[in-house]
Amino acid sequence: METANLLPLVLVLAVVAYGLAYMRSRAVAAPLGGIRNLKALPFYYAARAALWCAIPALIVLAAWAGFEGKVIQGIVIATLPQDSWPDSPGQASLILSQISNVAAGKLDPEFVPEHIAGAASVLETMKSQSADFKAALVLLVAVSGAAFAWTRVSPHVNARINVETTLRRIFFVCAALAVLTTAGIVFSVIFETVRFFNRVPISEFLFSTSWSPQTALRADQVGSEGAFGVIPLFTGTLLISAIALLVAVPVGLLSAIYLSEYASKRVRSTAKPVLEMLAGIPTVVYGFFAALTVAPFIRDVAAMVGLEASSQSALAAGLVMGIMIVPFVSSLSDDVINAVPQTMRDGSLALGATQSETMKKVIFPAALPGIIGGILLAASRAIGETMIVVMAAGLAANLTANPLESVTTVTVQIATLLVGDQEFDSAKTLSAFALGMLLFIVTLLLNVIALKIVRKYREQYE
Amino acid sequence: MSNQSSQAEIVRNSLNRRYRKERRFRLYGMLAIFIALAALATLFVDIIYKGHSGFVKTTITLDVPLDPEMMYLDDPTDADQLSMADFVAPIIAALQEHIPEAETAGQKRELGRLLGSYAASEVRDLLENNPDLLGTTQTIEFLAHDRVSTYVKHADNPRYSIKLSEQQQRWVDQLLEKGVIDTSFNDVLFSRGDSREPANAGILGAIVGSLLTMLVTLAIAFPVGIAAAVYLEEFAPQNKFTDFIEVNINNLAAVPSIIFGLLGLAVFIGLFGMPRSVPVVGGMVLALMTLPTIIISSRAAIKSVPPSIREAAEGVGASKMQVVLHHVIPLAMPGMLTGSIIGMAQALGETAPLLLIGMVAFIVDVPGGFFDSATVLPVQIYLWASASEQGFVELASAGIMVLLTFMISMNALAIWLRKRLERRW
Repeated sequence: METANLLPLVLVLAVVAYGLAYMRSRAVAAPLGGIRNLKALPFYYAARAALWCAIPALIVLAAWAGFEGKVIQGIVIATLPQDSWPDSPGQASLILSQISNVAAGKLDPEFVPEHIAGAASVLETMKSQSADFKAALVLLVAVSGAAFAWTRVSPHVNARINVETTLRRIFFVCAALAVLTTAGIVFSVIFETVRFFNRVPISEFLFSTSWSPQTALRADQVGSEGAFGVIPLFTGTLLISAIALLVAVPVGLLSAIYLSEYASKRVRSTAKPVLEMLAGIPTVVYGFFAALTVAPFIRDVAAMVGLEASSQSALAAGLVMGIMIVPFVSSLSDDVINAVPQTMRDGSLALGATQSETMKKVIFPAALPGIIGGILLAASRAIGETMIVVMAAGLAANLTANPLESVTTVTVQIATLLVGDQEFDSAKTLSAFALGMLLFIVTLLLNVIALKIVRKYREQYE
Repeated sequence: MSNQSSQAEIVRNSLNRRYRKERRFRLYGMLAIFIALAALATLFVDIIYKGHSGFVKTTITLDVPLDPEMMYLDDPTDADQLSMADFVAPIIAALQEHIPEAETAGQKRELGRLLGSYAASEVRDLLENNPDLLGTTQTIEFLAHDRVSTYVKHADNPRYSIKLSEQQQRWVDQLLEKGVIDTSFNDVLFSRGDSREPANAGILGAIVGSLLTMLVTLAIAFPVGIAAAVYLEEFAPQNKFTDFIEVNINNLAAVPSIIFGLLGLAVFIGLFGMPRSVPVVGGMVLALMTLPTIIISSRAAIKSVPPSIREAAEGVGASKMQVVLHHVIPLAMPGMLTGSIIGMAQALGETAPLLLIGMVAFIVDVPGGFFDSATVLPVQIYLWASASEQGFVELASAGIMVLLTFMISMNALAIWLRKRLERRW
């Protein structure tokens, strides 16, 4: 039976277990003189039965569904005659896809070698057997869990404490999922990155100035070695992020100052949500806008003043990205400006300073650490942004500081290297994970520093 | 005394300059807001300008003579004959009724290219389903070719008409005059999946894909996020591990979304061998991505429940878990819902991680389940925006309008919920 069908079935069984245990607890309580003589309300006996029924069954189901694919693949490969065992992961995936195509009926068994056709039939039987075993095991676990809980409905057992402990553990697991996600990210990039550095030395990756990951199909082809120097990607990322910050910081900061110090309540209550809309617009929309409107516009304007601009200029991507992060800068600056105590403001005004002097000479210096933290957060957002640059910046890794030329970024390369079919062990694919690792480390550092600054600053005035 | 008056003099003299500075500073602030709002307005206007024609389709209505001789077909129930028959000939004949001047083979070919490439199979399907119609003349509404459609929609812009030959342009003008070519609301957009031809492409497949993906995301992220928030606010002991969890959540909220795509690729697809391009994997990746948002806003909602409620419940003998389940969570629910809806709206617009787990494939069929290959609305927009035909650019903008409508209504719902249900203590 399919996983998709087993899941609701287990939930139905849990509901049944709930009902049965509920009735059972009332039945147990009746001769004693009503449910007041139970240690817990019938609800808790019932909930305990439902939990006993569902949780072990779901764990078994998840584990089986998670690993059955890999296990079956291993077994199928092992049934192949020894001389046709794959000697690389790439070859293995090729053979496996052939086998599964035959098994799915997309490929005629007559067109493939005999051992592949044999393996396909093994795959078929394994799959159906695995599904049967899985269904049987999951249902068995569910029913026996429910039965166990049913037998334990007794007036002396406090089911409420059991239920509450279990729930608390579930809550803990949910919170710990965040740690698990981080660990998953770290491990998923670390393994491939290490494999990548076995092929390409880390010094070349970090310090070489040319990037062309296209490795040739044949070994004897010219330029069969790809070049994996991350510097042009990094300068490209920095160029676009710098342009974005040049737009976002003044616009965001000044609008935050205006809204918090000058604007009337009515202006503030309409302008603020509209500004925040900028943060809610999907990045693919910004990418569309940058690639199809802003970039051609910049090219035309540059042509009018006699400059030559690429149709995928860094300027277009940077400008639009800057608009996108305006709300990050403005809402974070707004927070820190409002956190500056009113007494400082009043003191400055009482000495005869104008509002702008108060702002520039008193509030701004006091809020500066927090504002810098906000800018760092915005910078990390700009570095990690993908869709705008994928659509509006180019693929060519130019080492340039000219905003009218086309540059590429770390995120663009990750996306282009991993979109579509890829072999899992080529240096090209692995390099994307190394780039991912680099991106993760850089954004993590920026975030940690920024959060530290913001927190420290907040404590100052609390 | 004289010293004081001279200081007052200095201040008075500088006043004008200082007031000018004040006004300038105020102006800068207004300018900044104006720039941001103007950018937003330009974005909207540009998209509506580019996309409004995506909601219009161009059709060519013809009286097609289903003549057996013309099609070399005398038995539509025979599959062999059906595959050999010529369904273009009757369409050309019908067009010639209106454009008698097209006589040479070359002209006829150009005439045929006014229609989309699915026109012949439309006739074929009609005959296959209704064999009795053979020999009659049927009025059929065909979708026009993308180039014709662009020409008709942008008649005033010569940039878009160059793809039609002058002869074809003249014919289209004649057909327009006769009312054979007409424009109407583009129902194709909302009833089909992707296609190689802009006129036949729709966003239904992407909408259903988005819906399935969002259901998975919601089913995972909402309960897990609330449970995590409840744990951290109500049960977590003050220790290193709790701090570690909090640091992790705060950092995950700022991790670039494409990194979550790498995680999905390496763990869900690589390690667990799950299929590519399916809503389940996409939904799981987006759930991990939205979890921090939901946890952070749910924690804020839980924090805002006053301690007096907890103390009162504990005072009448409720256990800690009962306090949480019976009082804190119901009271914090509006805030939690608001945060979750905003998180889901973010997930709905997310593209980058889905590219990496293969949801960019060209998929014609509308997905029927969580394990079918699918694409989502933002990815579909990305695919169309990178296509070269003008028709796809229109569709991409139309898709953006639909996506923004969804997102704005989700955010409006969140705001309404907050206004409606929020309680001030």
